[in-house]
Amino acid sequence: MHVDGGVQVSQSTTTTGAGRVENEGPFTRFLRATEVDVRLLGMIVALVTIWIGFHVYGQVVNGRGAFLSARNLWNLSVQTASIGVMATGMVLVIVTRHIDLSVGSILGFCAMMMAIVQVWILPEYLGLGHPMIWIITVICGLLIGAAIGAFHGYLVAYLSIPAFIVTLGGLLVWRGAAFLLARGETISPVDSTFALLGGGPYGSIGAAGSWIVGILICIGVVALLITGRRQRNRYNFPLRPMWAEVFLGLVGCGVTLGFVMLVNSYPWPRGIVRQYAEANNIQTPINEIFISHGFAIPVLILMAVGIVMTFLTSRTRFGRYVFAIGGNPEAAELAGINTRWVTVKIFALMGLLCGLSAVIASARLNSATNNLGTLDELYVIAAAVIGGTSFAGGIGTIYGAILGAIVMQSLQTGMVLIGFDAAIQQMVVGGVLVVAVWIDTMYRRRAK
Amino acid sequence: MSQTEHETPLVELRDISIAFGGIKAVDHASVDLFPGEVVALLGHNGAGKSTLIKILSGAYKRDAGQIFINGEEVQIDNPRDAKKYGIETIYQTLAVADNVDAAANLYLGRELKTAWGTLDDIAMEAEARKVMGRLNPNFQRFKDPVSKLSGGQRQSVAIARAILFNARILIMDEPTAALGPQETEQVGDLIKQLKKEGIGIFLISHDIHDVFDLADRVSVMKNGQVVGHAKTSDVTKDEVLGMIIMGKCPPGAIPGPGALQTV
Ligand SMILES: Nc1ncnc2c1ncn2[C@@H]1O[C@H](COP(=O)(O)OP(=O)(O)O)[C@@H](O)[C@H]1O
Ligand SMILES: [Mg+2]
Repeated sequence: MHVDGGVQVSQSTTTTGAGRVENEGPFTRFLRATEVDVRLLGMIVALVTIWIGFHVYGQVVNGRGAFLSARNLWNLSVQTASIGVMATGMVLVIVTRHIDLSVGSILGFCAMMMAIVQVWILPEYLGLGHPMIWIITVICGLLIGAAIGAFHGYLVAYLSIPAFIVTLGGLLVWRGAAFLLARGETISPVDSTFALLGGGPYGSIGAAGSWIVGILICIGVVALLITGRRQRNRYNFPLRPMWAEVFLGLVGCGVTLGFVMLVNSYPWPRGIVRQYAEANNIQTPINEIFISHGFAIPVLILMAVGIVMTFLTSRTRFGRYVFAIGGNPEAAELAGINTRWVTVKIFALMGLLCGLSAVIASARLNSATNNLGTLDELYVIAAAVIGGTSFAGGIGTIYGAILGAIVMQSLQTGMVLIGFDAAIQQMVVGGVLVVAVWIDTMYRRRAK
Repeated sequence: MSQTEHETPLVELRDISIAFGGIKAVDHASVDLFPGEVVALLGHNGAGKSTLIKILSGAYKRDAGQIFINGEEVQIDNPRDAKKYGIETIYQTLAVADNVDAAANLYLGRELKTAWGTLDDIAMEAEARKVMGRLNPNFQRFKDPVSKLSGGQRQSVAIARAILFNARILIMDEPTAALGPQETEQVGDLIKQLKKEGIGIFLISHDIHDVFDLADRVSVMKNGQVVGHAKTSDVTKDEVLGMIIMGKCPPGAIPGPGALQTV
């Protein structure tokens, strides 16, 4: 495998990074120059295989390949958001050798609390549809989630109860609490502005907005590459070869703009267009109007969370401590890190992200049901692990977890599309989770 | 060194005790250390040396006893407290964070930050290159996680971390255990240099030959108790060996509670 080759090469390289090493394959050299992770490549290959697999299966068996359509991929992006947001938090939890089994239940509880706040409580004081309702509601959801997470973290860190037990308890407690809140009722509809946070035609930013977002991201990618190179140059650290920088920039921008084109090619459905045309007095015949969805708001939320979490893990003390604790908890403590307090913060952050996912999930559903988020913990943990987070601790990336979430959601969506029923879906998800951890264990053993 | 500096010790551990389960790992042990002095803490494996100094470094909480820094009693409950008093420790187990790189390890817990409050990795790496260049000029692997480094390289990382922050009190628990002869000599030179800068050093070893020539004094432990203290100029290596093996105090030494009672 290339993995081994890579490790050996870097060990024998005592010259500074850019130096050529004899008998190195072109592929290995490419990986080293671009600093692209082999696992990342593996994940992308797996993802593409899944997508093509479902598409071809649909074409052959059902006579219609629906997977690689703009409509399905757009929906996939929206459905990934909720799991993806939580998966970024799960990375930190697993990196520090803990686990959080309660995320689905926290999501359910937060969603129920938010529904009560925005449907039963706030309209009485502010009036229905008041513009502050959604803001207060979201803040409530985030705070409740963070508080629950902090409480779990306190039990784990200061009372030394294993996270597995604390959050297994939490799984039952918060699900039960969500039921008690509304005695099992479904609360709907949610506030109309709040509902936009769940996506849908109105909850998307359209073609122009999407281009703006896409171009901003491209500028960001290029800026990161340039400042990184400049910084390293200033201190005379080894640099990536120029072609590798250009390659990374092109791939980054290409994927971004491709994604923009994809979401822009999915038009609003006829019914919505008609409504919109009537509401705005547009005379053009309905079938000549093409209004793009563009990025859905939940997707933008996921992107923002991804950026913030990546920043947090790689550029702040907190992130540094999370990884140091995961690599060697004792050494971290001896280095003077307050490991217990960091643990509380990690779980609080996980809870906060559950609250955010609760916003997305209940807004998308336009209601809060008692079982919202059920089994999400499995998808979230699987996403983190597929994305390269190791149960051995100390290793994991945010982008990996988001990719992992896309993989899990692709499996789920694909199985629905080709008509697998819920029972088989569950079996597949369970199996994938176990296999993913197995692969990770093998990979770590070989890399040693 | 003037006599006045010798009046109050830099560090004094007085009557320290700690037990794990039924085992008295450290039993009423007292040791002290003056500025610019190297005190070798000697004893067999399991004598309680590491445990005693871990109490000073904040890794363990003592059951009984007092700690004085410059004559004032201080409370050391965790590693952060110890660092506050300028106590830096190189642990026998090294205690490095395996999955982050050398620079991140050097600054762990005390990271440099940019004006925006983010980690200043570039500055940390630049400093790390300087310090490591002094300790181990061949070291180049600044991008690799520490787990990929050799034993000697990991040791240099641990040592570099301890000297990076202007320690006043340096604890080195078997610092040359993983090193070859040449690197061991480098550590010896480093100790002499730090000593000149007025740093007090506890040098721990189970092997007297490693440390006798570097130390100003020895303190010997056996079964958790202090056998005795002696200036290296007042005793021979063989006499110290007698202290380590049998707990027998020679005439040049001051006996402690662990000394063999009647000779
Ligand atoms: N964390 C611990 N838990 C239980 N026993 C310990 C612990 N640390 C040390 N000990 C015991 O304390 C005694 C002294 O150990 P140590 O201080 O490591 O000795 P030394 O460093 O002199 O070789 C040994 O008997 C050891 O087994
Ligand atoms: Mg020891």
